[in-house]
Amino acid sequence: MYSDKILALKGLSKTFGTIAANCDVNLDLHRGEILALLGENGAGKTTLMNMLFGHYMPDAGQIEVADANQRFLPLTLGHPQAAIAAGIGMVHQHFTLAENLDAVDNIMLGAEPLTLLPRKRAAAEKKIRTIMAQSGLTAPINVAVGKLTVGERQRVEILKALYRDVKILVLDEPTAVLTPQEADALFENIRAMAQDGLSVIFISHKLREVLAFSHRITVLRHGKNAGEIQTDQADEQKIARMMVGSETLSHTREMQENGPALLRFKRVSVQGRARRDSLKNVDLTVFSGEILGIAGVSGNGQTALAGVISGMLSIESGEVLIEEQPLLDITPAAMISRGVGRIPEDRHRDGIVGSMSVAENMVIEQLDDPTLQRNGLLRRDAIRDYAETLSSEYDVRGPGAQASARLLSGGNIQKLILARVFDRSPKLILANQPTRGLDMGAASEVARRLLEARGRGAGIVLISEDLDEILKLSDRILVVHDGAFSIAKTRDRAQLGLMMAGQAA
Amino acid sequence: MDILQILFSESFWSASIRIATPLIFGVLGALICEKSGVLNLGIEGIFVAGAMVGWMAVWLGAGLWGGVLAAALAGAFFGLLHGILTVPLGLSQHVSGLGITLFATSVSYFSYRTALPTVSSPPRITPFRPLDIPLLSDLPFIGPILFQQTALTFLALFCVAVVWYIFNKTALGVALKAVGDNPNSVDAQGLSVYTLRIGAVMAGSALMALGGAFLTMSAFDAFFFGMVNGRGWICIALVIFASWRPGKALLGAILFGAFDALQVRLQTEVGGSVPSQVFLAAPYVLSIIALVIAARSADYPRALLTPWFKGQR
Amino acid sequence: MIRIEARESASSFMKLGIPVLSACVALLLAAIPLMFAGAPVGASYAQMFMGVFGSKFAFSEMLTRATPLIFTGLAAALAFRAKLWNIGAEGQLYLGALAAAAIGTGVLDISGLLLIPVIIICGCAAGAFGMAVPAALKIRFGADEVVTTLLLNFIILIFLQYMLEGPLKDPMGLGWPQTAPILDQGMLPPLMERMRIHYGFVIALICAAVAQFMLLRSVWGFKLRAVGENRNAAGHAGIPVNRSLFTAAAISGALAGLAGVSEVAGLKGYLTADLSPGFGYTGIVVAMLAGLSPGGVVVSALFIASVFVGADSMSRAMGVSSYLADLVVATALLCVLVGGFVARYKFVRVRRQLERF
Repeated sequence: MYSDKILALKGLSKTFGTIAANCDVNLDLHRGEILALLGENGAGKTTLMNMLFGHYMPDAGQIEVADANQRFLPLTLGHPQAAIAAGIGMVHQHFTLAENLDAVDNIMLGAEPLTLLPRKRAAAEKKIRTIMAQSGLTAPINVAVGKLTVGERQRVEILKALYRDVKILVLDEPTAVLTPQEADALFENIRAMAQDGLSVIFISHKLREVLAFSHRITVLRHGKNAGEIQTDQADEQKIARMMVGSETLSHTREMQENGPALLRFKRVSVQGRARRDSLKNVDLTVFSGEILGIAGVSGNGQTALAGVISGMLSIESGEVLIEEQPLLDITPAAMISRGVGRIPEDRHRDGIVGSMSVAENMVIEQLDDPTLQRNGLLRRDAIRDYAETLSSEYDVRGPGAQASARLLSGGNIQKLILARVFDRSPKLILANQPTRGLDMGAASEVARRLLEARGRGAGIVLISEDLDEILKLSDRILVVHDGAFSIAKTRDRAQLGLMMAGQAA
Repeated sequence: MDILQILFSESFWSASIRIATPLIFGVLGALICEKSGVLNLGIEGIFVAGAMVGWMAVWLGAGLWGGVLAAALAGAFFGLLHGILTVPLGLSQHVSGLGITLFATSVSYFSYRTALPTVSSPPRITPFRPLDIPLLSDLPFIGPILFQQTALTFLALFCVAVVWYIFNKTALGVALKAVGDNPNSVDAQGLSVYTLRIGAVMAGSALMALGGAFLTMSAFDAFFFGMVNGRGWICIALVIFASWRPGKALLGAILFGAFDALQVRLQTEVGGSVPSQVFLAAPYVLSIIALVIAARSADYPRALLTPWFKGQR
Repeated sequence: MIRIEARESASSFMKLGIPVLSACVALLLAAIPLMFAGAPVGASYAQMFMGVFGSKFAFSEMLTRATPLIFTGLAAALAFRAKLWNIGAEGQLYLGALAAAAIGTGVLDISGLLLIPVIIICGCAAGAFGMAVPAALKIRFGADEVVTTLLLNFIILIFLQYMLEGPLKDPMGLGWPQTAPILDQGMLPPLMERMRIHYGFVIALICAAVAQFMLLRSVWGFKLRAVGENRNAAGHAGIPVNRSLFTAAAISGALAGLAGVSEVAGLKGYLTADLSPGFGYTGIVVAMLAGLSPGGVVVSALFIASVFVGADSMSRAMGVSSYLADLVVATALLCVLVGGFVARYKFVRVRRQLERF
C-alpha cells in the first residue's frame, strides 16, 4: 500500500550485562506511514529506538536509511548527530529539555555551530513560528521550559524534531502524560503530517491507541520480533496474543460492601511551589474494603496527595484522620506505626537503598521490631531468615537476599516493596503508579495483591496515569486536575478525560 | 565616625578592587564549572598552583605575560584531571576536588622548595605595575580607583564581560547552560556532554589559576607558603551568593574586597578595644552568612553534582 | 570495541586490594619527584623505610604520629558514610585542644583522678559543637557543609590565635603565644618508657573498634548507612534523617576533638598554633584510603603516618623537601578514587557481527 521503504533496521541486537534487551530485531518503515511499535513494558521497544537514534551502539546488526533518490545508505551507528543528519528525530519518553532555557533556545540547541559568534535567534524564532502554524502544534516559546505544562513541553519536543526537517519521527510513549483529548489532538496532527510525507514510528503498550492511530503494527516480545500486522486487519485479541504469547490473565473485581472510614482528609491544605503541587481544602475519605482510584495526568497534585499519605509532606491546615483518630505529626514513621503501607512512585529514589542488601531493604521500615533487633543491635540471623521467607513468598528473584537490591530488575524491586508492605497486613495502602514500567506478569501480580488486600478489608488509594487500570481496579474514582479533586460520577472514558483536562461539564 | 571618610577615599576603593581581583577570577572560574554541572573544589589548590607556576615562570625569565600564560596552562591541566575523574568516570566531585586541592598544593610546594632550597627570605620578581593610561588615569576619583590598577585587574574585568557575553549571546553559552540543567537535552541534540563539561572545567580552572597568579605577580612579588589562605573556598561561597551570574559575581567580589579593605582600616581606627582577630575572622564569617542567605536560591544548576553516563536511559 | 559495564558486585578481594594497590602505586610514583629533586631513588626509599622500621624509637614515633590520624580518619569516615562532608576536622581538632588546654591547666578545680576524663569529655563536646553548627546550618538552611566547615577552620584558627595571645596565654612562657603546661594529673600516661607514644593511641584503637562494631551491627549504624546511601528512601522508610545526620555530625566532631585532646594532653603538654600540620585534612585521605571503614582507618592511618615519618627522616638525610610526603598522600587519594571506579566497572570486549544482505 505504501510506496517506498524509507528505513530498514536489520538484525539489531543489544545486551546489557546478562540481560538481552534486543535480539536480532528487524523493522521496516515506509514513506508517509504511521507504524506502531507495540510490546509490554520491558519488551525492548525503547532500546531499539535508542539504537536507531544513536544513543546506544548495537552489538550486532545495521540500519539503512533511504535518501531522496531511494538509495539505501547505511547509518553510522552510536551517534545522534548521524541520525539527526539522516533526518531522524526522536521525542523521548522522559523529555530532553533544559528547563532553565526557553523553547527557542532548546530548539536551537545543537542546530547551530558552537562558535563564539552572536546567535541568530530572531531568524530561528521566525522559522519556529512558521512550523507551529503549519503543524498545529503550539506552545509558549519565550517562557522558560520549566514553567510549561507537560503537554506544552511535549509539543516543544516535537517542534525540536520538525525544526530540523525531520523525515522520520519517533515518539516514545507519547500519550503517557496526556489526557485522552490531548492524545487525540496529537494523533490528528501526526496524521496530517504523515499525509504530507512524514514517516512516524510511535512506541506504545496501549492496544487501544495502537489500533486507532496506526497504519501498521510491529510487535516485540522479550526483545524479539513477535509479529507484524496491518492495522486494518488487526484486533485486540490478535495483537494482545502477539504481545504476551498467551491469553492475558485478568483479575476481576467483585462487588463488595465497604466498611468504616480508614482515612479522612478534612479541609487539608498543602502549600507547594506551584498550584499543581498544592492541595487546597481537600476533603477525601477512604473506606475499608475499597479501592479509591485517583485518575489524572501526572503532575496535577498527585504528588502532594501521595506526599501527605506517605508522611513525607506536612500540611498547612486541616486534619488527617486514620481510623477516625487525628494525626498530630505527619511523618513517615507515624504513618508506618498507624498501619499505612506505602508503595512509592519512584522505586529507586524512595523505595530502596540500592547499595544495601535485599534483606536490609526488607526490614528497613521495622527496625524497632524486637524479633529483628535486641538492645539496639541487629539480629542478623533473624533478619536473614525473615528475608528469605519473604523472598520466596513474594517471588522476589535475584542473586539472593544478601545481594545489593539495585541488582534486581524493576519487577523484582517492586515485589520486594510489595513484600515489605503487605507482610504487615496494612489497613491503609497507598499505591502510587504501582505498575509503571512493569511487564504484564508483574503488573498482574500487583493487581492481584491489591484486590486481595481489598478483600481482607484494607482501604487502598490507587494513583495511576493509566486510565484503564483505574477503571478496572477502582470502586470509586476521583479525578485530579491542577490541585483540585472532583468525584467522577461516570465511568465514561471521554467524560473522565474532560475532567482530567479540567473541562468538566 | 571616620567610616564615611574611609568610604569616600580613593585609596579605599582602589584597595577594594585590588583585593577583589583574585576573587573575580576565582568566582568566574567556579561559576563556569558549576554552571556546566561540575563542582570544582580543586580551586584552593589551583590558586596555589597558579601562584607558584606563574611566579616561577617569571623567575625563570618568561616575562610577566609568559607567567600568566603558564599559570593558565597549569590551571587547565588540573582542570583536565578533575574533568576526567568527574565527567566520564563519574567519580565523586567532592572527593576529586579535594584530592586535586591536596595534589596541586603539594606539587607546588614541593616543586618550589626543590627549585629554591630554604632561603632567609623568599626571592622576588618585578611584578605588574599599576598602569598609567593617558587621560583616563587622571580623572578625579574614578581615575585612581579604576584606571591605575595593574593589567591583571583589567584582565579580570574583561573576563567578566567575556563570560557574560558567552553565556548570554553565543550558542556555546546555551549549550553550557543546558548541560548544567539536563545533560540529556544536549546529548539528544547530538552534542557531546563530556566535551562540553570537561572544556568548561578546564576553562574555569585556567581562570582560577589566574587568581592565584595575581597574588604572586601583582599583589605581591614573591611566593609564600600559605598565601592563598582560603580565598578559593571564599570564591565557592561567593558563587552561590552570585546565583551563578557573572554580573552578580563581580558585584559580590567587589563588595567582599571592600569589606576586607574596610576591616584593615577599621583595625587601625578602633585599635585596642576590639581584638584584631575579630577583623581577621570577619571575611570568613561574612562568607558563611552570604552562603546561608543564598542557599535556597532558585538558580541552582539542576544537574550539578550528578554524574551523567552515556547510554544510561 | 571496548565497552564499560557495571560489575555485579565488588568482590572482597577488590575492596581490600584497591586501597592497598593505591597505596603502593602512590609510593612508587614518588620516584618521579625524587628524580626531579636529583636524589638517589633507591637510597631515598631505603632511608624512608629505615625512618619507620629502623629502630624501636622510630616505630613508636610512627605510632605516635598515627594516633591523631586515627581520630580524624574516624571522624571523616563516619561523616562521609552519612554523606556529610566534614572538611572541618582541622578546626574541630583545635577546639578539642583548646578545651583540653583550658581545663587541663587548672581552670576548674577538679581532683586528680577525674581530670583526665573531664578533659576528654570537654574535648569531645567542643569538637562536637564545631561540627554541630555547620550541620544545623545545612539542615535548617540547606547551606553546603563543605564550604561552611572549610571556612570555619579558618575562623577557629583565628580564634585560637586570640586565645593564645590572650586568655590562655602562659604567663611564664617568655611571651610566646602558647598555653601554660597541662597539669601532671591531666596528662595521658605514656605507653612505653623513653618513648613519646601515649595512651591516646589506645583510646584511638578503642574508638575504632567501637565505631566498626556500631556501624555494622547496630540499629543506629544501619540508619546512618541508609541515610548516607539514599537519603530519600531512608526518610520514606521512617528513619529520622535529620536526627541521624545531627548525631553523625556530633560524633564526627567529637572524634576530631579527641585528636586535639590527644595531641595536647598526650604528646605535647601544651598548646601552640602549630599543633596540627594538617591532621584534619589528612584524616580525609586516611578515611578514603580505608574505604570509609572504621577498622580500615587504623591500617590506613599507620600507612600514612609511616609515609610522613619516613619522609621526614629521608628529608633530613637526603635534603629532599619533606613536602614529598604530602605529595604521596595526595596521589594516594587520587589513586584510590580511580580504583573505586575500576572496582565498580569492568571493561568488556564486544565483537561486532556484520550482517550481509
